[in-house]
Amino acid sequence: MNTTTVIVGSSIGGVRTAQSLRLEGYEGDIVIVGAERALPYDKPPLSKSILSGNAEESSILLLTREQAEEAKIQLLLGHAATGIDVAGSLLYLQDHEPLNFDNLVIATGASARPSPWGQRPGIHVLRSLDDCRKLRADLLKGGGLAVIGAGFIGAEAAATGRTLGLEVTVIDPLPIPMSRIFNAEIGQLFGELHRNNGVTTIFGTGVEAIEGEQGSFSVRLTNGQTVQAATVLVGIGAVPNDAWLDSSGLLVDNGVVLDEFCRAVDAPNVYGVGDVARWRHQKHGADIRIEHWTNAVEQASCVAHNITHPDSPREYTPVEYVWSDQHDWKIQVVGRVGGNADHVLIGDPELHGKFAALYTTDGVELYGAAIVNWPKALLACRHGMGSEIGVQELRDKLELLLEPQPTAAL
Amino acid sequence: MPTVKADLHACQGYANCVVGATDYFDLDDDGIVVLLKTKVPEPERSRVTEAARSCPVSALVVED
Repeated sequence: MNTTTVIVGSSIGGVRTAQSLRLEGYEGDIVIVGAERALPYDKPPLSKSILSGNAEESSILLLTREQAEEAKIQLLLGHAATGIDVAGSLLYLQDHEPLNFDNLVIATGASARPSPWGQRPGIHVLRSLDDCRKLRADLLKGGGLAVIGAGFIGAEAAATGRTLGLEVTVIDPLPIPMSRIFNAEIGQLFGELHRNNGVTTIFGTGVEAIEGEQGSFSVRLTNGQTVQAATVLVGIGAVPNDAWLDSSGLLVDNGVVLDEFCRAVDAPNVYGVGDVARWRHQKHGADIRIEHWTNAVEQASCVAHNITHPDSPREYTPVEYVWSDQHDWKIQVVGRVGGNADHVLIGDPELHGKFAALYTTDGVELYGAAIVNWPKALLACRHGMGSEIGVQELRDKLELLLEPQPTAAL
Repeated sequence: MPTVKADLHACQGYANCVVGATDYFDLDDDGIVVLLKTKVPEPERSRVTEAARSCPVSALVVED
């Protein structure tokens, strides 16, 4: 009668799945397997407060040994999963005997895409606590920081570099890097944010090579220009940690492929959570994979429900939500933005110090929103995404919320 | 009865709690969490705990 749920992955998705299982009254054994030796820790602060030194490493622990013991969650850390025998319900591990499972949860996350311009001391990626420690040690030596890639991680690390007093250059092949996420007009505001905070931006130019050594790199660009830097951070995205599933027979396609209940399409007792999971989002009518903290937490909750309620599983149809802290901007993104969507802008970054961009594909329905430094607008948008409110109505509401007498910021 | 507690200094206004349990949590004009109720009846413990655990900065906890 006693069952075992094995969770592969000791980051936020894995830990929250275990905790939610207990909350749902699951009485079987729970084992969290982690490739890293470190106790489970939270990742968003690694490009912000931990990198800057404003917070202690102990503050990002997700699960202490005591909390694990109290919740009867077994931690098996320092053993990477190497494969699954689905028919035999066995999980294979590095340097450990295989584990039997009744339910398996794949939550192995994603890894930073490695530098294609060489990998040697002083050239960093940023994903794990170990990455963060190494990057911070180099940043504290001083000298310039070159960030290749102006996505969220690169932009946050660039902002942190400025708070440490470093000269920072951000390089991205797109003329308006954040247009990838927001569209050109809104994306433009983010480039200005960085320049206003002393970051040198070189956009629309790729990287040819990284020459030289730690302390005196020359980053050679495709336009012939060269950027000197003591340290280089490569922030060019992440790839799901799914290679270990190759021999399992499970369908893997840029993440493990799951149904609308987050069960592997070919093995109903195998589930997926977080960055590694590509599931059927019924409201979007597509298989999607999301690398956001809140998604991992909500998906963990859904999977825990579905493991404990096999006769009444819940479809997983979240409204996307992600945040990023860059300089003095708290950026929050709800739903889907960019793409083919038009936007209406409420507020002005210079005039009001805050703004919201509402996105719509048909001029009627709210498709998503990007909000900066404006908590009430964030709330209205998060509530709005789940309701019938149209984009015009929401715009009128936000314009009423906006201070009638703008105080000159900046 | 379980009680929900908030660390107002930790709160960063992400609003995950409000989305998770709109009858327990709200944000003020500065984006800091407001507790609408603090006592959590046992049948609601699971839902409110999930909402508290969705806080990215662990500013909320449901305690016995």
